[in-house]
Amino acid sequence: MAEVTLKDVRKIYPGGVEAVKGITFDVPDGHFCVLVGPSGCGKSTLLRMIAGVETISSGEIRIGERVVNDIEPSERDIAMVFQNYALYPHMRVYDNMAYGLRNRKMDKAEIDRRVRDAARILEIEPLLDRKPRALSGGQRQRVAMGRAIVRSPKAFLFDEPLSNLDAKLRVSMRVEIRKLQKTFGTTSVYVTHDQLEAMTLADMLVVMNAGRVEQIGAPLAVYEKPATTFVATFIGAPAMNLLTMSGAEPALLLGNGSIPSEGAIIGIRPEDLALAPPGAPADGGIALPLTVVAVERVGPESFVYGTLDRGDSIIVRLPGTHAPAPGERAVAVASRAKLHVFSADGGRRL
Amino acid sequence: MEKRAIFSHRLLPYALLVPQLVITLVFFYWPASQAVWQSFLLQDAFGLSTSFIWFDNYRELFSQPDYYRTIGTTLVFSGSVAILSLSIALLLATQADKQLKGAGVYRTLLIWPYAVAPAVAGVLWAFMFQPSLGIVARGLRDYLGIDWNPLLDGNQAMILVVLAATWKQISYNFLFFLAGLQAIPRSVTEAAAIDGARPLRRFWTITFPLLSPTTFFLIVVNIVYAFFDTLGLIDTMTGGGPAKATETLVYKVYADGRLGGDLGGSAAQSVMLMIIVIALTAIQFRYVEKKVTY
Repeated sequence: MAEVTLKDVRKIYPGGVEAVKGITFDVPDGHFCVLVGPSGCGKSTLLRMIAGVETISSGEIRIGERVVNDIEPSERDIAMVFQNYALYPHMRVYDNMAYGLRNRKMDKAEIDRRVRDAARILEIEPLLDRKPRALSGGQRQRVAMGRAIVRSPKAFLFDEPLSNLDAKLRVSMRVEIRKLQKTFGTTSVYVTHDQLEAMTLADMLVVMNAGRVEQIGAPLAVYEKPATTFVATFIGAPAMNLLTMSGAEPALLLGNGSIPSEGAIIGIRPEDLALAPPGAPADGGIALPLTVVAVERVGPESFVYGTLDRGDSIIVRLPGTHAPAPGERAVAVASRAKLHVFSADGGRRL
Repeated sequence: MEKRAIFSHRLLPYALLVPQLVITLVFFYWPASQAVWQSFLLQDAFGLSTSFIWFDNYRELFSQPDYYRTIGTTLVFSGSVAILSLSIALLLATQADKQLKGAGVYRTLLIWPYAVAPAVAGVLWAFMFQPSLGIVARGLRDYLGIDWNPLLDGNQAMILVVLAATWKQISYNFLFFLAGLQAIPRSVTEAAAIDGARPLRRFWTITFPLLSPTTFFLIVVNIVYAFFDTLGLIDTMTGGGPAKATETLVYKVYADGRLGGDLGGSAAQSVMLMIIVIALTAIQFRYVEKKVTY
């Protein structure tokens, strides 16, 4: 049990590529922190730096009280679950789980007790004598989890652990990982590019882009108040609609004088929009006339793709299956309270 | 799934097989069958008369204390070459597998010795270690005070041929070990590091077991190499001497047959060697496919 603290952490590869550009955050003890971002944003590199399998170019990483910059991964007392599971292919499941304990010269009886406990929790007891190649993807994932929990480490690190599983298994493992983490109360750092996984697992969400942190916060807080247009489009599916407006247009639309004259970007989530018949009044909110281009009906909801008269494309999310047909005219309406306003470069929330 | 090729003509597959079959027949089955036939024959000293004597050549062979001594020499030689070249190659490969500067140059240079013809390598080594002229031999004598003379001292001659044969084989082993190491997923060794295993323990508990298919394959290849491919090396360096101290089985075949003129006895020895190769190959196939997997 420990908190994980990062202070201005950087990773500069030989050749000058800066993969991680000064990251500072603090995962409180027992919290589940999810690093989310598109591929290549530096999230995996950052995780590997915490694990110690990647060197730290500058800055400081602490696990508990200890600065671990120059400490070998074997001495950091953390456990990691890899995307490809990284099980030891020549060892039985039992030995895979016991390996870390044997390295610590733990008593044989204690090792046995811990491995069997973990196997019971993860429901892999019948698999203990098998080799990894005789297991399915989901079973391998459980063994990898087992290998992490038997050691009762200070922190769990997860590197996209679910991305090799099929969709159904991914959902059930997601729930299970969350449950296990709550049971053990171990500080965790979890890397994913899947915003749904990030939203459902995290106590604390760190959204990364191009080696930098875009926003840190509770998942719902990030969803409700995205700090930048990047976060706004990355969190939430389908992505938030962004309308670039110049001059006095945003101020007029919002009835608000504090919009800078160089313009702004207005964001509206598809779920905050509704459709009204053509010519419907704004009614204290905003009204955007559009032509429907396409409709996707997925059962509980429908997505309407349209082109606004001002030129932008827009997505509206409607409950149920009732939606206008392509080619029809409509007006997208939203209340002003649901609008997100960003600076013209998208880097700041106004 | 089974791979199947469709040929446009019924005879085409046979035509494609012909070159390989011809080579095998001409260079393997023909000489091999001749050796077997020859091993049952006895010729007089001038090659004028030949008589069929069944297994007398084999009986004669196994009654010579010389033959057993040669077997012993061969075992010492092959064992030393295999162990030395495998362990040195493994050490070099583990180093080359790390992200080092100039690793490409290092790897290329390591592969060069393999391209040197055995006889040329033998001459080079013999020259360097020649007691009165050789630069290394002088260093050994002048700076280390070793009474170096492989021309007279059988043990030193053995050390010399072992070193030369090892040097030539390291490249080959190195390539296979390096490929084997690179086939081990990095995340597995990283997982072991996070699991608290220090580098040396990681090597013996993770890397080495995962390399075992490569290692086993190389052990067989190296034994076969030391048994057979070192003829040129031994011939140019020591000629099997001094006093037959470096005479291996394959060199004895050559010495007895070509130099000694005992074609029947030499053929009987070749047949014995053939049996050894067949046995080694059988072991290789059997184990590579079954036991040494993980």
